[in-house]
Amino acid sequence: MSLMSEIGQKAFNLGVPLAVHMDVTYRCNERCVHCYLDHDDHGEMTTVEIKDVLDQLAEAGVFFITFSGGEVFMRRDFLEIVAYARRLMFNVKIKTNAVMIREKEARRIRELGVDTIQISVYSHRPEVHDAITKLPRSFERTVKSIRFLREQGLRVTIANVLMTVNSADHAGVQKLAAELGVHYTLDPTITPMMDGDTSVLALRIPGEELPEIFHNPALVENQEEFCAPPKPPTADDLEGYSCSAGHSFCYISPYGDVFPCVQFPLPTGNVRQQKFLDIWNFSPQMNEVRSIQAKDLSVCSSCTHVGTCTRCPGLAYMEGSMRGPSSTDCEKSFYRTGVPTANMLKQGLTKPRTMTGNNMPLVQIRPVAVPA
Amino acid sequence: MPENSTYIARSSAIAARALAGEMMVMNPADSTFFTLNEVATAIFQAADGRTPLREIVRGRICEQFDVDPEQAQADAERFVTELSGHGILLVSNQPLTSETPQ
Repeated sequence: MSLMSEIGQKAFNLGVPLAVHMDVTYRCNERCVHCYLDHDDHGEMTTVEIKDVLDQLAEAGVFFITFSGGEVFMRRDFLEIVAYARRLMFNVKIKTNAVMIREKEARRIRELGVDTIQISVYSHRPEVHDAITKLPRSFERTVKSIRFLREQGLRVTIANVLMTVNSADHAGVQKLAAELGVHYTLDPTITPMMDGDTSVLALRIPGEELPEIFHNPALVENQEEFCAPPKPPTADDLEGYSCSAGHSFCYISPYGDVFPCVQFPLPTGNVRQQKFLDIWNFSPQMNEVRSIQAKDLSVCSSCTHVGTCTRCPGLAYMEGSMRGPSSTDCEKSFYRTGVPTANMLKQGLTKPRTMTGNNMPLVQIRPVAVPA
Repeated sequence: MPENSTYIARSSAIAARALAGEMMVMNPADSTFFTLNEVATAIFQAADGRTPLREIVRGRICEQFDVDPEQAQADAERFVTELSGHGILLVSNQPLTSETPQ
């Protein structure tokens, strides 16, 4: 086990919120076709409020903070917020489309000691990238900004969200990342919109195409192990937890709402009304999330994949129950290994039901508490 | 460098946080990640750039941890040398100004 994994486990066991994802705004200068956010401002936290939350997070033991959005640079005070976070000695990561980063901003990000900047690039073809972001010349501006950041010696990761409209372009984006000297990460997850509209799920890569991704050694490390049939679950697997959501990780929205994860829209409290640590320690919802072990899962506890599945409790919650299956992950487990899941067998399916369209009642993260 | 004029300060480039009494320290420049034991954490927290290392060892470490002063001084110097090699501590024979990001 690496030192970082040991620390993660220690924080998990102690219930310390080691990492927090904070969206500082939902406003954005792009209008990506797959985006789940409502870009209107319903009352974002002010600079003073965010600084107060950062003070509280430092006191709570948070070490890693990821600032994301929306587009973080839509806030004029964004670098002031980063500077404040760095004074509190957080390890800071930024997720951005980088369109608004010029030499000056790149230099400042380096001066502030930001760990990593993750930037969304959808295609190596400008016309495809721009068609997804709906912002003319966004590809050109994003790539130019990546060069500014690299000139400052900063660590950059290109995040390549894969969907139907760019599914053939991952190799091209990977090549572009190599040319720019940056890391590459791929994500085939498309989530429903904040208002519950699931039409964007039509952009998801069809399950039948997932094996091509999972079995591609250029995209998946340890591909043989990753795609191996699951071993029978052990007692430890059944005593285990799904992920760090609510255990050592949580999400804070631009409106101060606290959730177990950015992908887990269960409201647990609001930092405008309560202290962060009161929410973290005493929220009934947060405590319920962290009480659920694999053996408590309604269908998954009897699934052969239970020890290796990437089951997301947030996606399961969106489907109706945080103790139920996440069909998206059932689909991934099946197409990764070829072995049917308990959820599929229960429904008499030989292959997963396609999870697209507006046919599922889903919940998503919404502004819970808007100031008067 | 004379022991009684060694000053240490935390670099502004690093990230750090205490977890159950132990300090986690990361230098984003080279991705090095450390955890410091209680004694090292005490030295790290006292690295304000103004207090000489010898005073930190005598005034804090020896009193707090009941250790031999000479042994503690030698251990502290090794620790400071190692962390300064990773850019986590700044070392000087003059007082240092705080490197907090502005």
